[in-house]
Amino acid sequence: MTYSNPPTVPRQSATFDDYTLSEIRRAAATGIYDIRGGGAKRKVPHFDDLLFLGASISRYPLEGYREACGTNVVLGTRFAKKPIELKIPITIAGMSFGSLSGPAKEALGRGATLAGTSTTTGDGGMTEEERGHSEILVYQYLPSRYGMNPRDLRRADAIEVVVGQGAKPGGGGMLLGQKISERVAAMRTLPEGIDQRSACRHPDWTGPDDLEIKIQELREITDWEKPIYVKVGGARPYYDTALAVKSGADVVVLDGMQGGTAATQEVFIEHVGLPTLACIRPAVAALQELGMHRKVQLVVSGGVRSGADVAKALALGADAVSIGTAALVAIGDNDPKWEAEYQKLGTTAGAYDDWHEGRDPAGISTQDPELMKRVDPVAAGRRLSNYLKVMTLEAQTIARACGKSHVHNLEPEDLCALTIEASAMAGVPLAGTDWIPGKTGL
Amino acid sequence: MPSFDLAKVPLRELNQALHNVAAGTNEIDFEVLNPRGAHAVAVGIDAPVTVDVRGNCGYYCAGMNAEATVTVHGSVGPGVAENMMSGTVVVKGDASQYAGATGHGGLLVIEGNASSRCGISMKGIDIVVKGNIGHMSAFMAQAGTLVVLGDAGDALGDSLYEAKLFVRGKVKSLGADCVKKKMKPKHLELLADLLERAGITDVKPEEFTRYGSARQLYNFNIDNADAY
Repeated sequence: MTYSNPPTVPRQSATFDDYTLSEIRRAAATGIYDIRGGGAKRKVPHFDDLLFLGASISRYPLEGYREACGTNVVLGTRFAKKPIELKIPITIAGMSFGSLSGPAKEALGRGATLAGTSTTTGDGGMTEEERGHSEILVYQYLPSRYGMNPRDLRRADAIEVVVGQGAKPGGGGMLLGQKISERVAAMRTLPEGIDQRSACRHPDWTGPDDLEIKIQELREITDWEKPIYVKVGGARPYYDTALAVKSGADVVVLDGMQGGTAATQEVFIEHVGLPTLACIRPAVAALQELGMHRKVQLVVSGGVRSGADVAKALALGADAVSIGTAALVAIGDNDPKWEAEYQKLGTTAGAYDDWHEGRDPAGISTQDPELMKRVDPVAAGRRLSNYLKVMTLEAQTIARACGKSHVHNLEPEDLCALTIEASAMAGVPLAGTDWIPGKTGL
Repeated sequence: MPSFDLAKVPLRELNQALHNVAAGTNEIDFEVLNPRGAHAVAVGIDAPVTVDVRGNCGYYCAGMNAEATVTVHGSVGPGVAENMMSGTVVVKGDASQYAGATGHGGLLVIEGNASSRCGISMKGIDIVVKGNIGHMSAFMAQAGTLVVLGDAGDALGDSLYEAKLFVRGKVKSLGADCVKKKMKPKHLELLADLLERAGITDVKPEEFTRYGSARQLYNFNIDNADAY
């Protein structure tokens, strides 16, 4: 009798999955860590794990299209002589000229202005395109200080001191040589074509006591006119928010790990920092304990995609949200119409993240003169404006359903969570229960 | 001469007055009394005025200066003349950390010693230090010139880009990618000019050693990983 061993279906390892195997081979072949753009791609608890309860007998809804639901937000009311007034609670996050093309930056400015909100510079300084097309422009003050100058500081509408970002809290910037064009190099005072390494810490201050003095200097230089934001990556949101307030910030910008970057190590993006959902409640708690909630405004970013996300962030206590990746998608990033070209780059529309290589088929994360012609700043700006307005309408729809006459009136009580993890992070009850892990009962 | 006694008037009045200087005015010479270690003294000036600060200052004295000549008759805390664009800042005493950090232009003269990270991320400023400088000076320095008549501490010029470094005394150690370089006639000319502008007449350019970037870290190479 012969022994027969019928073959099983080939079994892939959950630990050594296809992506992991490909990364091991890539590392062995190149001797360098993988660098990419964007934010964390791993699945983490997020706004999708929350639901609004809506109105019922005990809650009175507002009539859609008839009863007003405000969306305006004022940022910088604590110390600045000239706070920023936005029509919508959604801003455009800091993204640099250099990582993005000039037409892409112009499109962001046009779209934000049409929608009545602000856009933000990035590492590398302020370009005429973005100043000219952004009615409200926030000027980032970064560790590298590339392109940093007092003239631009004065012509900005607000200043954002960047301590960190969600994709890489504790990490510096990176712009590889392919994108250091003549113009980018000149703006950053660097030789053309080098791999630009930005510092991870500011060169002239360390710690909250120094930051307070730095903010005082920036206020003195700008005659106390500009709101001063402090941006931190999602790391220790309770303490970072409290320390930013102590340092004199008008606004705290809190960026979770889904927030994108132009380029950094994959291992950094996926393994350092907190999910956005886990950041908001500790930050709000810090503000409330200091008596500063709504006095120092909280802007949350990292994976905000829809009006539902906006409404959920505001319900948890944020004053506004900021979008980066979603804004890029709105102006054409990863559009399936370029699928054939994405395939040539070994990727597919929706997954393209080698923004640092400067070969973006959509013409957005590139300095290639031919590729960037694919971005029509006027049309792309209109698309961004449309998208921002849709998000705002969606947030209003939800707020009215919860009986709120302003999106800022949304509150944690309007929410429940679908998972225990999201319930614990957001501090709202698990759906159908009154249980919040760590707060009520076990 | 407008005079601001910081023992009597708030700092805000001084800086606002310096920012309000009108083109063509005759009131271009300012005096600051009793700074008593105040931070952000004479910051953000954008006019060809002179400011004499009589006493010691705290952080960021003359920060982001453009066009003005600021003389501190005392010592300064961290970040003097940080991000200076143009003009001249002279410190008669010593300077703490980060002197001239990220400066884009102008001349910073420190007649005493400067602490660590002098000239960090400098982007075109010229810095002359008559005494010694501390560790990690000229870290990631991109452009401009750092001249030190005394000694330099550890890790001079770490991760240096295109800034030029000249040290007359000893260098405790060089940072990653910073190397000693040959002094050429154009460098002697550059040094002679800077020394003259700094009011130094008793030192010759030939007494200095030049340091600069080896440019080995400009593009990532796994075989250089130990240097990062």
